[in-house]
Amino acid sequence: MRYVDEYRDAGKARALAASIAALAEPDRTYTFMEVCGGHTHTIYKHGIEDHLPDNVHLVHGPGCPVCVIPMGRVDDAIHIAMRPDVVMTTFGDMMRVPGGSSSFLDAKAAGADIRMVYSPLDALRIARANPDKRVVFMAIGFETTAPSTAVTVLRAAAEGLENFSVFCNHVTIIPAVKAILDSPDQRLDGFLGPGHVSTVIGCRPYEFIASVHGKPLVVAGFEPLDILQSVHMLLRQLAEGRSVVENQYARVVPWDGNPKALGALGRVMELRPHFEWRGLGFISHSALRLRDAYAAYDAERIFDVPGVRVADPKACQCGEVLKGVLKPWQCKVFGTACTPETPIGTCMVSSEGACAAYYNFGRFSRIEVREATRT
Amino acid sequence: MTTDQREQEVLRRIERARGRPARLRDERITLAHGAGGKASRTLVEAVFLAAFHNPLLAPLEDQAVCEAGGARLAFTTDSYVVSPLFFPGGDIGDLAVNGTVNDLAMSGARPLYLSAGFILEEGFPVADLTRIVGSMARAAAGAGVRIVTGDTKVVERGKADGCYVTTAGVGVVEHSFELGASRARPGDVVLVSGPIGDHGTTVLLARGELGIEGDVESDTAPLAGLVSGLLDACGAGVRCLRDATRGGVATVLNEVARDSGVGVVLDEGAVPVRPQVRGAAEILGIDPLYIACEGRMVAVVEAGRADAALAALRGDPLGRGAAVIGRVVADPAPLVVCRTEFGGTRIVDVLVGDPLPRIC
Repeated sequence: MRYVDEYRDAGKARALAASIAALAEPDRTYTFMEVCGGHTHTIYKHGIEDHLPDNVHLVHGPGCPVCVIPMGRVDDAIHIAMRPDVVMTTFGDMMRVPGGSSSFLDAKAAGADIRMVYSPLDALRIARANPDKRVVFMAIGFETTAPSTAVTVLRAAAEGLENFSVFCNHVTIIPAVKAILDSPDQRLDGFLGPGHVSTVIGCRPYEFIASVHGKPLVVAGFEPLDILQSVHMLLRQLAEGRSVVENQYARVVPWDGNPKALGALGRVMELRPHFEWRGLGFISHSALRLRDAYAAYDAERIFDVPGVRVADPKACQCGEVLKGVLKPWQCKVFGTACTPETPIGTCMVSSEGACAAYYNFGRFSRIEVREATRT
Repeated sequence: MTTDQREQEVLRRIERARGRPARLRDERITLAHGAGGKASRTLVEAVFLAAFHNPLLAPLEDQAVCEAGGARLAFTTDSYVVSPLFFPGGDIGDLAVNGTVNDLAMSGARPLYLSAGFILEEGFPVADLTRIVGSMARAAAGAGVRIVTGDTKVVERGKADGCYVTTAGVGVVEHSFELGASRARPGDVVLVSGPIGDHGTTVLLARGELGIEGDVESDTAPLAGLVSGLLDACGAGVRCLRDATRGGVATVLNEVARDSGVGVVLDEGAVPVRPQVRGAAEILGIDPLYIACEGRMVAVVEAGRADAALAALRGDPLGRGAAVIGRVVADPAPLVVCRTEFGGTRIVDVLVGDPLPRIC
C-alpha cells in the first residue's frame, strides 16, 4: 500500500485544510465542480468535506460514465442481450442501471446471457472461447476507457474474430462541460478537472474554460490529498485573480496527453453528430461511434436495435444534479422513491454517481456525528 | 429553514422510509437476493418470514435458541455454493462445517451435532467429493462436533455446479446470558476478533478472473472456543456476537444498529486488515468492511468489560489479531458511521448489490 498511504495522511490533510481555510475569504462562498465521478467517490469515501470550511462547496459533475447513459440505450442493449445467440459483456456498474422497463440484472434473471467483465479484452477472450455465440461488449465511459475499447476492436480485427462486436456508448467530456458552462443556472467558481480522462486527452482541451469562461481548472488526482491540494490551488488562483489550467496530477497526467491512445481512438472511432445524455439531453459531437471501416464490429449496425428514445421519469432530477444545480438530497425523489436498491435515476446507481455516493457515504447529520465522536 | 435544516429534514424522512417493512418488488430472483445485503433481507422478510412467522424466527439471528426437554438448544442451517470449491486455506467442506459451527457458537452454544446434505452434479469427480468430505471430517473433529446424519442427491449435468453442501447444526446453550443484535446500548464497545476480509479476498482471487495474485488464505475456522473464552471472561457484559460472513463486518454492524436502535461509530484506522487484502480491495474498489470472513467475529461488549474482552480474545490463537474498532452511540441511529483515516466521516451503509457472488 505504499504510494497510496502517503496521499491519505491525516496530518498533512489537517495542514492543507488550515491553509485552505486561510485562503478562503470568509465573506464569500466558493463552489467548485469536480467533473469526474471518481473524485465524487473519493470525496465521500474519505469524508473530505470535513476538511473544508463551510463556505467552500464541492458540487458533482457529469463525469460518471454510468450516470449519463440514457434509458433508451439501456433498452437497446437489453434488446441485443435477449437474443439467444448473444453473450452480452459489461462492467459490473452497468448491471443495475434502469432502462425504460428493466435492467441488465433483470434481463439476466429472465434468461439473457450477461456476464460481468473487468476489461474489454475479457470480452474478447469470451468471444474466442465461444465461437458459436456472438459476444457483444457494452462499451461505456469517457476518453479514459474509449482507447481500450478501440484497442480491443483493433485486436479483434487483427485476429479476424467474427463473433465479437461493441455496443458503443463512449462519450467525450469537453462537450458536457461546455453544456454545463452554457447552462443559465450554473454558479461555479472553478473546476477540479478529471484526472483519468486527462491522462488521455491532456490538459490543453480545457484551456477555453479558463480563457473564455474565466473559470480556473485544476486537473486533480484521485487520492484525498490530491483533492485537497487541488482545492487549494483553485482558491489560490481566485485569490490572485488568475484563471488558468493547472495540473495537480502531473505524476500521472502529461500536459499533452497520451498520443498513442488518442491515435488508436482516432483510427477506430469518430464523433457522432449528436448523442443523448441522461438528464442533459442531446449534445452535439459529444459521443463516439465506430468508423465505417470497423462496421463489422459495431453492434448497432449488426443487430437491429429499436433505438427508441425513452423520456427520463418526470420526477427524476438527474440533469440538475449532473449540472451541479441541485445537491443530491435536494432532488424530490432522493432517498425515498429513488434509492440504490430501486434507482429511478442513474446518479443513484454507480458508486461514482453523485446521489449514490451521497446516499451511501454522506447521508448523515454532521452535527450528530460531531456530538457522538466528542469524547 | 436553513439549508442544513432542510438537509436534516430530508435525511430524517429517508430514515423513516428505510424503517418501513420491506416490499418485494422484483418478479424474479436476481443474484442480488443472495448477496446478504438489502435485497436478501427484503426477500427473507417478504417471503420467508411472512410465511413462517413465529417468535423464534422473527429476530432473524444466525440461529434460533429453542427450549426442548428443559434444555436450551441452538439450531441453525446454512447452504454452501462457493466457487471455486477448493481455495487457499480451505474448501467447501471445512467451510460448511465451520460456518454452521460458528452460527451456533454466536449464541454462546456448545455445538454438538451436524447434518450434511449434498447436491451433486452428474459427472462430478468422486476424488473431489472424497477430498471435500475428508475436510469436513477433519473440521468436525477440530470443532468437537459429530456429523450424525445426511442426505445425497444427484442432478443432471448442467443443473448444478459440481457440488453444493447444506449443513444444519444443533448445540446446547449452557449459560444464561441473553445475546442478540438488539442488545447493544450506547457506550458499548465493538471488537473484531482478527484481520477482516481474508476469506472473500481469497475466493475472489482464486477464481483467477481478475489476473491478480495475492498471498492470502481463507480464515475459515471454528469459533466456539473463542466465544466460550470470551463469555467466561466477560459474562453478561457481552451483548452480541456475530460471525462476519457474507456482507462482512459492515453488514453485521448495520444489523446491530437497526435491531438495537443505536448508532455505531467505527474508527477506520483501528480495523485490522492485512496489507494483501487492503491492496486487492483497493484495486477492485471494494471496501474490506464488506468482504466476507469465515473465521472472524464481531463482539459488542459493555464498555467496562472492553479490556477483559480484548485480553480474552487475544489469549486465543484464533483471536490473536483482535482489536477494538468502534463504539455504540445513541445518535445517529440507526446508522453506522466511520471516522476515516484521512480524518473525515462517512457512512458504512447496508450493502445494496454484491459484486462478489458465491463466496460461501
